[in-house]
Amino acid sequence: METKFALDDDSVVVVVGSGAGGGTLANELAQRGIKVVCLEAGKRHEIPDFINDEWASFAQLAWTDNRTTSGQWRVSKDFPNLPAWIVKSVGGSTVHWAGASLRFQNHEWKALSTYGHIDGADLLDWPITGEEMAPWYDKAEYRMGTTGTNGIPRLPGNNNYKVFAAGAKRLGYKEFHTGNMSINSEPRDGRTSCRQLGFCFQGCKMGAKWSTLYTEIPAGEETGNLEVRPQSQALQVEHNAAGKVTGVIYADRDGKLHRQKARVVAIAGNSIESPRLLLNSHSNLFPHGLANGAGHVGRYYMRHTTGSVYAVFDKPVHMYRGTTMAGIIRDESRHDPSRGFSGGYEMETISLGVPFMAAFLNPGDWGRDFTSALDAYDRMAGMWLVGEDMPQADNRITLNSEAKDAFGMPVANVNYTDHPNDVAMRDHAYKQGTAVYDAVGAQRTILTPPYPSTHNLGTNRMSDKAADGVVNKWGQAHEVENLFISDGSQFTTSAAENPTLTIVALALRQADHIAGRLARNEL
Amino acid sequence: MRSPDKRVPLSRRTFIGSATGAAMIAGVAGTARATIPSLKTAPSPQASATLLKMARDIYPHDRIPDLYYAKAIETIDQKVSGSDATSGLLADGVAALDAQANTLFQKPYTEIALEEDRLKVLKAIEATPFFSRVRSEMVTALYNQKEVWTLLGYEGSSYEFGGYLDRGFNDLDWLES
Repeated sequence: METKFALDDDSVVVVVGSGAGGGTLANELAQRGIKVVCLEAGKRHEIPDFINDEWASFAQLAWTDNRTTSGQWRVSKDFPNLPAWIVKSVGGSTVHWAGASLRFQNHEWKALSTYGHIDGADLLDWPITGEEMAPWYDKAEYRMGTTGTNGIPRLPGNNNYKVFAAGAKRLGYKEFHTGNMSINSEPRDGRTSCRQLGFCFQGCKMGAKWSTLYTEIPAGEETGNLEVRPQSQALQVEHNAAGKVTGVIYADRDGKLHRQKARVVAIAGNSIESPRLLLNSHSNLFPHGLANGAGHVGRYYMRHTTGSVYAVFDKPVHMYRGTTMAGIIRDESRHDPSRGFSGGYEMETISLGVPFMAAFLNPGDWGRDFTSALDAYDRMAGMWLVGEDMPQADNRITLNSEAKDAFGMPVANVNYTDHPNDVAMRDHAYKQGTAVYDAVGAQRTILTPPYPSTHNLGTNRMSDKAADGVVNKWGQAHEVENLFISDGSQFTTSAAENPTLTIVALALRQADHIAGRLARNEL
Repeated sequence: MRSPDKRVPLSRRTFIGSATGAAMIAGVAGTARATIPSLKTAPSPQASATLLKMARDIYPHDRIPDLYYAKAIETIDQKVSGSDATSGLLADGVAALDAQANTLFQKPYTEIALEEDRLKVLKAIEATPFFSRVRSEMVTALYNQKEVWTLLGYEGSSYEFGGYLDRGFNDLDWLES
């Protein structure tokens, strides 16, 4: 039977968001007997609902509510109201993620100590180390069924990977393979294995790819301790005179407002909505927004230094067949300042269908130079470059007082400008990506600018000292003891790796911490 | 390697039911009859022909028949017809395009024989809301047609066929591993 908790039940933990962070935390708390209400802004679309058609799927799953942009990034010019390509649906962005599950490298937890001070950036060491995180990564990989871990075989490489790997080999790269993917290479955990559909970004119709939608969430619901409320947009977090949070005001599908009382609130709405919710929760006690005493809420927005290289060959590739992210080259992920920048980047295959290729290959471009690339669509291979970007105080989410959402709340503005380190890294990555394809006879390579952000990080940063960030090493707000942040907005620095595995590992660790404190009556 | 057939099957054309559709099919078949879009907001045949030519010049693919450009223009027409603010966009835009063509080449846009000359006219109006809207709408209006995917060698959804696992996901055979 479906569990329902009363709005005035102040013993529940309210989790805002049901993606990698929120969905995992909600289940893990429920497994430990803690009552959880999970508020999800999006609808509940299940596996059979997914549409293997790029624009139709985008209309179904993407977060398209208004946002505004500013800064020098090109996304602000080409897609001024679409800073991020993330999901508004139960399961959050785990519905459309590619599945890449990489651990941070140990030095990336200590960016300031490792890279030293970099002008214009506010690097910090995380208040957690790689050694502390290792057992949580172990748990996350086991849970997600990550290939290349726990004896789980890696996926077979598709045509896009074959081109990529042959180029890597000829270039002398050493560490390349089909990745650590949370996509079943054989049946596991009640889910079937990958049939190479080619639509990982549109929701996996096999259910072979891990998503909280059909793993964590139903497992949590099964305990009777978790209620997920779809189409419930959190608008404000409330608090009492003592500065403890007491509940969340949210709007239901009809726009009607409700107040869900809470013992603890955990926010996991991704790095644009999470700080927006805190900023929109300003009050007399917290005039600049909840948990924002040090002024860091919304700051240090990171999106990874990204770009793509597409290459045209004289023979067919059919890159769209099979997993979207089919392999990785890791050789450039090291920190090696002799390359002219700090931090590193990963090279990962990627594929877009014709509809998205037309929109994203070089937004705004037209004429024969552009169309001749699309004419070679079936002879194209592609890779995505993803590396650490620098945390900068002015790259930030703010409230846009001019633009309001359907409930009258100010929307988020996303301001972003590359740091010189980001530019140097991207240039290097473009050069190396081009070299990979040139090594196997590319006729032409195309450098594609960053897409609207899929990795949104760092706007409620974790810090040892309250003056340096928003949350402590447990994701607990420095200034509000029963308020937690449970998504990628906790990230102190971005590291080079795709963030989902780290978000899940942090959520598992945080659940253990919250459960312990609740049991000891400390919250 | 398994290569998909890039020809659009005849049955796929049956989605067009209008009289214009018949003319379009004739156009694809290579007869002398012209394929032109049928537009609510720019009803003159000259305007339709101009928009079709413009659409081809913006996103030229020699192997994509006029039919699909005409469909794209009709999609845009449908979109702009919904609002008073935009219902004049196409007709006014065509007039401005022809005015620019007359300034540069002393003839209407469709009568400029060389593509490179027509591009000069388009470049001159590239910053206008008309050009910008037509170009950006074309990105989906043209490239989100399944027949266009087929012509470009993209097979799209595979779920209904059991995925690409047994249909060539790793059949690339021209590289040593």
